[in-house]
Amino acid sequence: MKEEIIIAGFGGQGVLSMGKILAYSGVMQDMEVSWMPSYGPEMRGGTANVTVILSDDRISSPILHEYDTAIILNQQSLNKFEKEIKPGGILLYDGNGIQNHPTRKDIRIYRIDAAAEAAKMQSAKTFNMIVLGAYLKVQPIVKMENVLKGLKSSLPERHHHLIPLNEKAINRGEEIVYEVK
Amino acid sequence: MKELKLMKGNEAIAHAAIRCGVDGYFGYPITPQSEIMETLMEEQPWLDTGMVVLQAESETASINMVYGGAGCGKKVMTSSSSPGVSLMQEGLSYMAGAELPCVVVNVVRGGPGLGTIQPAQSDYFQSVKGGGHGDYKLITLAPASVQEMADFVDLAFELSFKYRNPAMILSDGVIGQMMEKVELQPFKPRMTEEEIVAKYGDWATTGRTSNRKRNVITSVSLDSEYMEEHNHKLQAKYKACEEDEVRYEEIMCEDADYILVAYGSSARICQKAVEIAREQGIKAGLLRPITLFPFPTKQLQKLAQSAKAMLSVEMSAGQMVEDVKLSVNGAIPVEHYGRIGGIIPSPGEVVDALKSNFIQG
Repeated sequence: MKEEIIIAGFGGQGVLSMGKILAYSGVMQDMEVSWMPSYGPEMRGGTANVTVILSDDRISSPILHEYDTAIILNQQSLNKFEKEIKPGGILLYDGNGIQNHPTRKDIRIYRIDAAAEAAKMQSAKTFNMIVLGAYLKVQPIVKMENVLKGLKSSLPERHHHLIPLNEKAINRGEEIVYEVK
Repeated sequence: MKELKLMKGNEAIAHAAIRCGVDGYFGYPITPQSEIMETLMEEQPWLDTGMVVLQAESETASINMVYGGAGCGKKVMTSSSSPGVSLMQEGLSYMAGAELPCVVVNVVRGGPGLGTIQPAQSDYFQSVKGGGHGDYKLITLAPASVQEMADFVDLAFELSFKYRNPAMILSDGVIGQMMEKVELQPFKPRMTEEEIVAKYGDWATTGRTSNRKRNVITSVSLDSEYMEEHNHKLQAKYKACEEDEVRYEEIMCEDADYILVAYGSSARICQKAVEIAREQGIKAGLLRPITLFPFPTKQLQKLAQSAKAMLSVEMSAGQMVEDVKLSVNGAIPVEHYGRIGGIIPSPGEVVDALKSNFIQG
């Protein structure tokens, strides 16, 4: 089992931390993992992306040119990464601010309106966990118990009181994601 | 007890330094390696092991603090990225001349000049051909994973004390910034002066002059005959290093027609390229030098007897390819493929380069 994922959006959306939680969840499930950020002078509002690989075997390259799954959180990233999804792969995107929607016919496309849902939950910071929930629904590669363990390991202790809220957000994401036909 | 953690390559260096009993770290922040000192400061090892962690006023100051610490027989290290390591070259040349051990970590970024903060491998020549002035070499290790970032700190100190010569861990922004699982080694206590003398000899300036001859740490002598002899001694050490310390990894080389030669993050990319090439029916293999000095010359010569061609893949304009060519010495064609200025090649690009150089037309 191997899953090669790109998560891309604006800096400040929680792209890197979502990747980190996913990677930690893989560790909790005894998988090999790699987390490779597009580090740079990025800041809130700039672009950010991270490549996460979860695998049962030793991981070769942490840098990829095509992905099993792309989790896309803004228009620029959609433009860039839609074409880099393997045929039969998954595109999961947040509809907020998207003018030009995905067009490929040889991949499975899912939409999650996480920004709108986070606003409803009155916590913008749950945005990335709603997206993570949506991802885990369409690609249940790690068990929920391991995701919760992963959350615990990746969050500093002073934030542990937020875990129930994050769990709620993950569940909400699982509920509201839908396939675009 | 061994622990399994998820961390960045830079963080792994810091944890490994504390655990292998380093006496002092002196550094100056620079992207993409600032997490090394950040992690050390967070861990506060001075409270537990007594390890000194100090932010110097510059890279020049860092390497000279390392020079001083090493002269006292201590396990000392610094880390930086390309422009900072350029500033350290004078100190490294002096330390090689004075035969002092130390570890320098270079998490390479694109150059020349202040360059970019993105990953590159364009400091190969600087690391393996000396870098500073004079006939000297740095023992150079090239980690290709977060695990190796951790493991090579201890190894670099072992080699550097064994040969009394500075050792370099030549990494890059990819390995420094990526997170992987890592198994940290158990804590080793810092060595006492008596233990260092027992293991590595009585050469350091430890201040005890009553029962032995004065130890002098210097790289200067105006006596040319002495200096020639001293240089021969250094060269003999490098030769011994070439005999005994070559380390490399081979992946699917046994039946390979085409050998990719790559180190560090490029080796990871090439490993995937080998998988893709094999799926397409191209018999590719990967020779990954782990020590860049000493270079796996003999192994490349051996592979040149059975392979049709070699492609050196580096994030540089073509540096290691010169050593590959010298090793193979014309027996088979050797070409270079690389991206420069902070761009990372993809595995697909490497396969395309392999085909365009050797297979199609």
